[in-house]
Amino acid sequence: MSAMSPETILRVDELSIVYRTDRGDVRATNDISFDLKRGEAMALIGESGSGKTTISLALIRKLPKNAVVTSGQILYQHDSNVQDVLGLSRRQLRSFRWNDCAMVFQGAQNAFNPVLKIRKQFEDTARAHGWADKTAIRKRALSLLELVRLDPERVYDSFPHELSGGMKQRTLLALGVLLSPQVVILDEPTTALDILTQRAIIDVLNDMQRKLQFSIIFISHDLSLAAEMADTVATVYAGEIVEIGGVDEIFYRSLHPYTYGLLTSVPTLEHAQDVLQSIPGSPPNLIAPPSGCKFHPRCSFASDQCQVDSPPLQLDIGSHLAACWHKDRLLASRKEDA
Amino acid sequence: MPESIIELQGVYRSFKTGRTVVPVLQDINFGVNKLEFLCLVGESGCGKTTTGKIICGLLPPSSGQILFEGQDIASLRGAERRRHRRSVQIIHQDPYASLNPTQTVKEMLSYPLLAHRLVNGRRGAENRVNELLDLVDLTPVEDFVDKYPHQLSGGQRQRVSIARALTTEPSVIVADESVSMVDVSIRIGLLQMMMDLRDRLDVTIVFITHDLALAKYFAWDGRIGVMYLGRLVEIGATQQIIAAPQHPYTKVLLSAIPEPDPHKTRSKQHIQLRSEDIPRLTELPPGCSFHPRCPWYVPGACDVTVPQLALPPQAVVDSEVACIPLERGDELVLHDA
Repeated sequence: MSAMSPETILRVDELSIVYRTDRGDVRATNDISFDLKRGEAMALIGESGSGKTTISLALIRKLPKNAVVTSGQILYQHDSNVQDVLGLSRRQLRSFRWNDCAMVFQGAQNAFNPVLKIRKQFEDTARAHGWADKTAIRKRALSLLELVRLDPERVYDSFPHELSGGMKQRTLLALGVLLSPQVVILDEPTTALDILTQRAIIDVLNDMQRKLQFSIIFISHDLSLAAEMADTVATVYAGEIVEIGGVDEIFYRSLHPYTYGLLTSVPTLEHAQDVLQSIPGSPPNLIAPPSGCKFHPRCSFASDQCQVDSPPLQLDIGSHLAACWHKDRLLASRKEDA
Repeated sequence: MPESIIELQGVYRSFKTGRTVVPVLQDINFGVNKLEFLCLVGESGCGKTTTGKIICGLLPPSSGQILFEGQDIASLRGAERRRHRRSVQIIHQDPYASLNPTQTVKEMLSYPLLAHRLVNGRRGAENRVNELLDLVDLTPVEDFVDKYPHQLSGGQRQRVSIARALTTEPSVIVADESVSMVDVSIRIGLLQMMMDLRDRLDVTIVFITHDLALAKYFAWDGRIGVMYLGRLVEIGATQQIIAAPQHPYTKVLLSAIPEPDPHKTRSKQHIQLRSEDIPRLTELPPGCSFHPRCPWYVPGACDVTVPQLALPPQAVVDSEVACIPLERGDELVLHDA
């Protein structure tokens, strides 16, 4: 493993997690490695059950009780101090969460305590992290609510039920960055929101990130959101990162048949008829995953080698990595299509 | 004029919650042509699901008429009523909620066959169930007939829902957000299968979705109707709606949606709304209900008169819209924020 550059804020290194269940071990993530840079926005894309949420829960040590980290580490670097997240004591963990790394969960509708005013929820959060000055909290909270384009005074003194879904989502974003975390994890930030509300959330997030300079990891099944917001995109399939690279590399020169399959199954708004194709089959059972490349049963490029050998995540050009034996064939076939 | 199989005329629907009356649909008028692909799109709360249920006769309108093959469905009795029930089917959004967890696939599909006496006894039902499963690509059928819903994936369940809708050999199917709960990678397969069914079984499909890109794909040769707060605000040929949206709401929607192409989506011009707050259905603004948010709002007109869905006089395309300035033949002028 190379030394961590000062630009790297978070490093996930060969992380494997299994869920112990009655039916056997579910290998939810397998040898996941990536670096997140300061100010970078990374998207984790993939189908449901691919392990996206497991990865993000591991980052804040919020995995369910039956999950076991079987190998790997998560390193967090701040002020040239490197911490091993998996080795943090309970006290250190308490401060790491929210102060350093905050998570905004899916479904903002349910994230607030319905019987407490928004003000109280901001104050409780701040106090739990050793911040007692209510005036200072208020000042910070109001400036954040303004940043997310809400009427700060009004929202601060509201109950959650007095806010619309989009307003709640924005309030939650403001609450998430209350303690100036360096990393913000967003789980499906725009799913279940209306189109115009989604647009507002995307704009607010871009704004916030520009002004507050934090790094983002967001989980989404929505490729358009990744195209719009991400600097780096990682495709997750069956618990493994099968491709990772800059957003342009992933969208315009994808090297993994799964990523390419996802891209060709999404309808667009272009003024021409879309030629789309689903990926055949369904995601594998992670208790007994297929041998070799886990995507081979659904892949049109699969060869004998794919059934036996699991392809390593290999560097192509620039920062673009992909785990596929047949990158060249994929690229060649795309040229033919074009 | 193509023959319309379903026609909604002046349909209103409201729901009572406590003392308040919520107007969910107001003055809906449109027809569904035989074998066309029609998509209803809109955000949550716009009334698209209620419209779907009304088309199926699952909900009666508060006022107005629904014609099926020219006949008011409220006036149907006896055998005719049963025929309408068989002819118009719905596929619900959530295949986890709409399938009975205690029944096997075979039981679920046999029930309507036997209830409507569409087959001869158990043996006949069995044969028909196999045919239906084959039709929705759940093959080999032996692997599926005895399965319970929890043993199936989301996509497979939705195929069972589709097969169930097909049991009565309907001529119209309302598909309400039928692919939004399944993964992106298998969505298109389901959609293509439904599109094929039209040609194979002569069934007209009304597709309800919040996803305009999906609507475009599904109804490329058909029409899209855009709904906002209980009203139909624009309806026209899909290719026109996408390339040249007329109604301000449609324009704003199309400009707001991110696209799966980094360069395109980042250089897209977003039209700013005057307000981001969606009015409550119980406190609808006077006049056009989009006017408090509309960037092209004309004071003194849009907040007074309710616009009617019609072909505007200066129209360059033949989409019908409900918009006051367009109705008057004026050009839309961006309001200074």
